[in-house]
Formats: sequence, C-alpha cells, structure tokens
Amino acid sequence: MIGKYLKIFRVSLTERLTYRADFFLATFLRFLPMITTILLWQAIYVGSGQDELNGYSYRMMIAYLLVIHISRMFSSMPGLAAGIARDIRDGNLKKYLLQPIDMHAYLLAYRGAHKVAYITTAALPYALLFYLCRGFFDGLPEPMVLAGYIASLLMSFLLGFFVEVCVGMVGFWTLEVTSVMYVVGAINYFVSGQMFPLDLLPEPWADVLKLLPFQYLAYFPAAVFVGRISGWELVHGLIAQAAWTVFFIGLARILYQAGLRRYSAFGG
Amino acid sequence: MSVISARNLSKTYRVFQKKEGFLGALRGLFFREYKEVRAVQDVSFDIEPGEIVAFLGPNGAGKTTTLKMLSGLIYPTSGQAVVLGHVPWERADAFRRRFSLVMGQKNQLWWDLPALDSFHLHREIYSIPRQQFERTVSELTELFGVQGLLRQPVRELSLGERMKMELIAALLHRPELLLLDEPTIGLDVVAQATIQRCLREYNRTRGVTMLLTSHYMRDVEALCSRVLIINHGRLIYDGALSGIVEQFGQTKVIKLRFADGVPPELGRFGEVQNGQGPAADLRVERGRVSEILSSILERYTVVDMSVQDPPLDQVIARVFQEGAQSDPSDSDADDAAEEQLGTNDDALTEDRPRT
Repeated sequence: MIGKYLKIFRVSLTERLTYRADFFLATFLRFLPMITTILLWQAIYVGSGQDELNGYSYRMMIAYLLVIHISRMFSSMPGLAAGIARDIRDGNLKKYLLQPIDMHAYLLAYRGAHKVAYITTAALPYALLFYLCRGFFDGLPEPMVLAGYIASLLMSFLLGFFVEVCVGMVGFWTLEVTSVMYVVGAINYFVSGQMFPLDLLPEPWADVLKLLPFQYLAYFPAAVFVGRISGWELVHGLIAQAAWTVFFIGLARILYQAGLRRYSAFGG
Repeated sequence: MSVISARNLSKTYRVFQKKEGFLGALRGLFFREYKEVRAVQDVSFDIEPGEIVAFLGPNGAGKTTTLKMLSGLIYPTSGQAVVLGHVPWERADAFRRRFSLVMGQKNQLWWDLPALDSFHLHREIYSIPRQQFERTVSELTELFGVQGLLRQPVRELSLGERMKMELIAALLHRPELLLLDEPTIGLDVVAQATIQRCLREYNRTRGVTMLLTSHYMRDVEALCSRVLIINHGRLIYDGALSGIVEQFGQTKVIKLRFADGVPPELGRFGEVQNGQGPAADLRVERGRVSEILSSILERYTVVDMSVQDPPLDQVIARVFQEGAQSDPSDSDADDAAEEQLGTNDDALTEDRPRT
C-alpha cells in the first residue's frame, strides 16, 4: 500500500526537477532581504546602546534570523492550501474520489518530493550564504541538540503540511479561501517567530505565543540551533510539537470527511 | 447481473440565490434564499455487461448529475443504484478499481512528464502486477497506434494523441465499466474515427461495458446500439438508435424528381427543401405520406422518388427543443443548476462549444 505513495514521490521528484533552475534563482533572490534585515538589527542594537536585548546578542539575533530560513525551508508550503481549494472548486477533487487513492497521502508524497527537490537544489546557495555569514555562528550545536534540531525540522514539515491542509479544507465551505489564507499567512509570519524571536517579547506575550502550535513552524527549531533551548526544555518542546502534529493530522482528516459529505450532498 | 442498475434515481439541489449588488450580497449573508432544482427525477435503467450505451440530452438535462451519481461522486436525494455490485457513493476501493471515468476535457496525465511515467503511477495506484501492466501497455499502445509517443512529454502531444493516452491510462487496470464524458470533444474527424474504432475494438475483445455522453451523433452511430435520452431530468427514451426516428420523427422526407421541373405550387403539400432544377425534397407529416404521394403522382410526371426518414440529429434536435417549449420554467431551473454546478466542477460541465 505504501508503495504507491513512494511511486508518487518518485514521479513528483522527476517532475519537480524540471524546474531546478527556477529554484536556484528563487533561492538567491530570497537572500536579498537578508541584507536589509542585518542592517536594520545593527541599527536597533546601536540605537539601544545595549549589547543584549532580552538575552539576545547582536550576533545571536542575526544567527537566529538566518536559521529561520532553514526552518521555513521545511515548514512553508507555498500554494498548498490554494491548490486544494482550487481542486475543490474546479472539480479536480474527483481524482481522489474516483481512484483508489487518499488525497492527504497523495499530497504529502507530492509535497515531500517537492521539498526534497527544493532542498537539494537550494543546498549550494545556502552553504555559500552560511559560509559568508559564519562570523555570526559559534559552530554547530552538540550532537544531542543537533539530533533534536533535525527531529524538530522534520516534524515542522509535517506540521506545516497539515496546518496548511486544514486551511485548504475551508474550500469545501466557501469559495473565498484566498482571504482566509492571507490572514493566516500574515498572522503566521508574526506568531511563528519569523519576524523576530518570540522570547524577545515581554511577558506574558512570549508565553502565550509559545502555547500556540505556530512556534514549531519557525521559532522552535531555530531557537534550538542557536542554543536558546536545550535539555529538558528541548525534550518537552519536541513532545509538544509531536502532539500538535498528531492533532493537525486528525483535524485535517475530520475536516476532509465533513467536507466530502457536504460535497457529495450538494454536488460541490 | 446488470453492470448498472438505477432505480428511481433523483437528485434535487438547493441552489443559493445570489442577490444583485453590494446590498444584496450583504442581505444574502443573513437571509439565505434557496431555490430547489430538480436536476434528475425518477430515472431508472439497467445496463447489461458488454453493452455500449449512449446517454443523450441537451445541456443541463441531467446527464452530468446522473454520471456523477453512478461514479459515486455525489449522493442521490432518493432512489438506489447498484454499479458492479456496489453502491457507488460508498466509494469502496474494490469498486473504484473496477471502473474508469474519462472526461474529454480533463487531463489525468502529468503535463510535463512522458505518458509512460503517468502509466507507471497508475500501475501503483491500482496495484497492477508488473507483467500484466507491461502486456496491457503494449496491447493498448498498439491498438491506439501511439507506440512511438510513450516517452514524449504529454505537453508536446497533439490533442488527439493526448486523448488516446488518456484512454490508455483509463484502461490500464482493465476496468469492467468505462464511463466516457465527451471522449471526442474538439478532435478532428480522423482522430474521432480512430477513437471510435479503438473503443469498438476494445469492447469487442474485452467485453467492457461503456456508457458515454457525446454531442456528436457520429460517435453515437458508430458505437452505440442503445440510447438513453434524458431531458429536464427525466428519462424520455430508452431503446435502439433506430427507434428514435420511429418514436419522435413525426415527419418524413419525400425526394422527388419531376420531368418538367419543380411545380411552383408544390409548397401546398408540405415544406419544400432544396427545390432546385427538376429535384425537390418535400417534408410532410408521417401519417399523410401515402395520401400526398398519390396526389402528386396524379398531377405531375415524376421521374424518380423515394421516401426517407429525416436525419437522426435533426430528429434529436427536435426532441430536445420540443421538451424545452412544453415547460419553459422547468428548463430555466435545470440550466441554473447546471450553471451552479459548473462553478464547482468544470470537468463534467456540458456547456461546451460544439465544434
């Protein structure tokens, strides 16, 4: 049974690699805003006259913002929710109803292939970027922390995938999914810690945001890498991330079943 | 046992009535008004193994809705159906492995990859044993004459070649039932004929049952011995193709050739068509053929004559039109339903330019 999804993965990978030049260019373009970010934070630190903001030195802050890119490389799912909503609207959903195949598993295999193609082509430009920015880092974390970091990245892929699938399921109830996605995207940018580390916020805001699942899409793995989170805190974080992942897998399934009932009764 | 058995299938949609303008849209948020649209009403029929049946009807007649119910995409409001021994809308895997739905305007194949890659994917999805797969692919590519094209990206194929690949993909798992929605839409006459030939051949050798909708009478005449006509959600005809003319063709055409040219007052016997030189076609009511013929033979010198049925597509066009005139309010409702569905579902929408 798993064989067919492996096959989908392989076929998708072949298809995706047709576009590797696109990936390559897009990756470089993504680095440009980094220059403004670095200059901005430099100005903030100089302006504040302090060496540390809430425990973040200038070097650590830039390291965090660089590593955020790696988190997003795993957890961001461009076009997934919109694609699902389009499939529902245009009737491509039929493919999953007519063939002996599961929509979520199919999309997961497809997206997994997409990510592998992207990450392998983007590896070279990223290596170059991190080499140029090596002054901001204290080298790699210790092996146990590194293992936790990798586990967290892999889970952030699954979590990001299923959160986005849940958003896409909204397409069963309304045609105006674009606005929902826009709002979710804007909030996510802030609450997942892509703008700045969550623990830079004053209490109780930092703790409130850390109760939400979104921190695992960007903040948590990056904070682990730069050494802000380790030991038991890391273990607890990984368990919570796994729990949220399972929660969203289940939620996506429930929404899909409910959506299909509606689709079958109303004809779309 | 029948491949398809439909009993009193009915489907009623509740269609949300959108109000005009901003205020209307705002009002619609709080007071939703719905209109009930009876897309399919009380449709019953059986299809036996190996039959090729055409499903005809004007746009918005309910063909789409019926096909959707039979393939398990939607539930009926009332009535039952058993397809290949399964209730289709339960969507059991065992059921889904045994049929295929092919849509003339829909791509199942991966656009950027060669068709063979998509076929391999189908092999996995349907768990087809490798040997059987290899054999089926070579049989089908030979039948459809596309051996050399398997490794070309699908986007580089012509429309006809792509449709052949779509059909091959749909037949890889050897379905017992093939539902075809406009399989030859947009194709030139040669490609249409090839596809008709292949489908007929495949039906002969494999005994696969087919139910197809088409706007091309050529497809229907080439493939189907039996025809279902649906109009305004109701099944109005179920029988042989030739029976349509007997049942609905209220006129006949008398072809005449006169010794002294077409008499100018011929029009009082019936509707004169193509009256040129010595020959004329006269359209008359079925029941009055002999009476009119003897009057003409009495008065004029006729060199040659024959009595013919009007062409099938004319008869069918008339059947569709007459239905529309008898109950105009109903036809609006059907169009609305089909339009509404169209926004969700372009695949089976029947509003297509006829080419």
